[in-house]
Amino acid sequence: MLGAECPKPCKGKWPTPPFDPRFPNQNQTRNCYQNFLDYHRCIKTMNRRGKSTQPCEYYFRVYHSLCPISWVQRWKEQIKDGTFAGKI
Amino acid sequence: MAYPMQLGFQDATSPIMEELLHFHDHTLMIVFLISSLVLYIISLMLTTKLTHTSTMNAQEVETIWTILPAIILILIALPSLRILYMMDEINNPSLTVKTMGHQWYWSYEYTDYEDLSFDSYMIPTSELKPGELRLLEVDNRVVLPMETTIRMLVSSEDVLHSWAVPSLGLKTDAIPGRLNQTTLMSSRPGLYYGQCSEICGSNHSFMPIVLELVPLKYFEKWSASML
Repeated sequence: MLGAECPKPCKGKWPTPPFDPRFPNQNQTRNCYQNFLDYHRCIKTMNRRGKSTQPCEYYFRVYHSLCPISWVQRWKEQIKDGTFAGKI
Repeated sequence: MAYPMQLGFQDATSPIMEELLHFHDHTLMIVFLISSLVLYIISLMLTTKLTHTSTMNAQEVETIWTILPAIILILIALPSLRILYMMDEINNPSLTVKTMGHQWYWSYEYTDYEDLSFDSYMIPTSELKPGELRLLEVDNRVVLPMETTIRMLVSSEDVLHSWAVPSLGLKTDAIPGRLNQTTLMSSRPGLYYGQCSEICGSNHSFMPIVLELVPLKYFEKWSASML
């Protein structure tokens, strides 16, 4: 899970999520949620195609850094129960 | 931190707060100058037996006291906007820390690598050691590396709170369901205190924030010891 490289211009290990121009303002709620969705969608698609899920690690690192632990736990519970509102 | 009989701001710990201090000095000086001028003119008006009842037009003075305030407002607006844009600059943080407001304590999460999280409760007055600050000390301080740009994400698990550290010029509302971002950069090591800044119930005044800014090596040692 810690194998994601930081995005192209930087060298070395993962420091922290870079600036995302899709979410330039103070409200980062959607940044966290979008990366959480993108990770699960990426995993689902890669598994469906039988490919490695390594590229999905980026989304994991971003949502893991940004999203409060309680939110992630709640969403995981909802996914397990089938009550998660997002489209994965 | 704040001290008794304090009149001005706390000493600045970040470059942005330094800018805000200078801007406040500049603007307050303008306010004092205008107020003294007005008070002086009032005192002149009230201490003379001379009268003048035939003013018909006053084009020149009307022009001056329209143009001059406009200029003064521009002289205030320009530095103000400069600092506003400076606060919004895109910087590249090296660390992300989340803080969640609860009734009535803060919890902190450092999840860039491992999952490090802990609660930070105020130390009750009866348990203070000598020299500690009443209503400001906490059991677990927020240890952070100095001279690094840190992304702070602030939210709440129940009601509205606000995460404030005056010496860094920070105050960000903690809103349930919303993740508010602010940038923290301290120029020097030390302990920096703040208090919850949005009414949140009976112990709103008793959920302080203490940042402990240390060199990177100490931060790495601390975070390893907290896991």
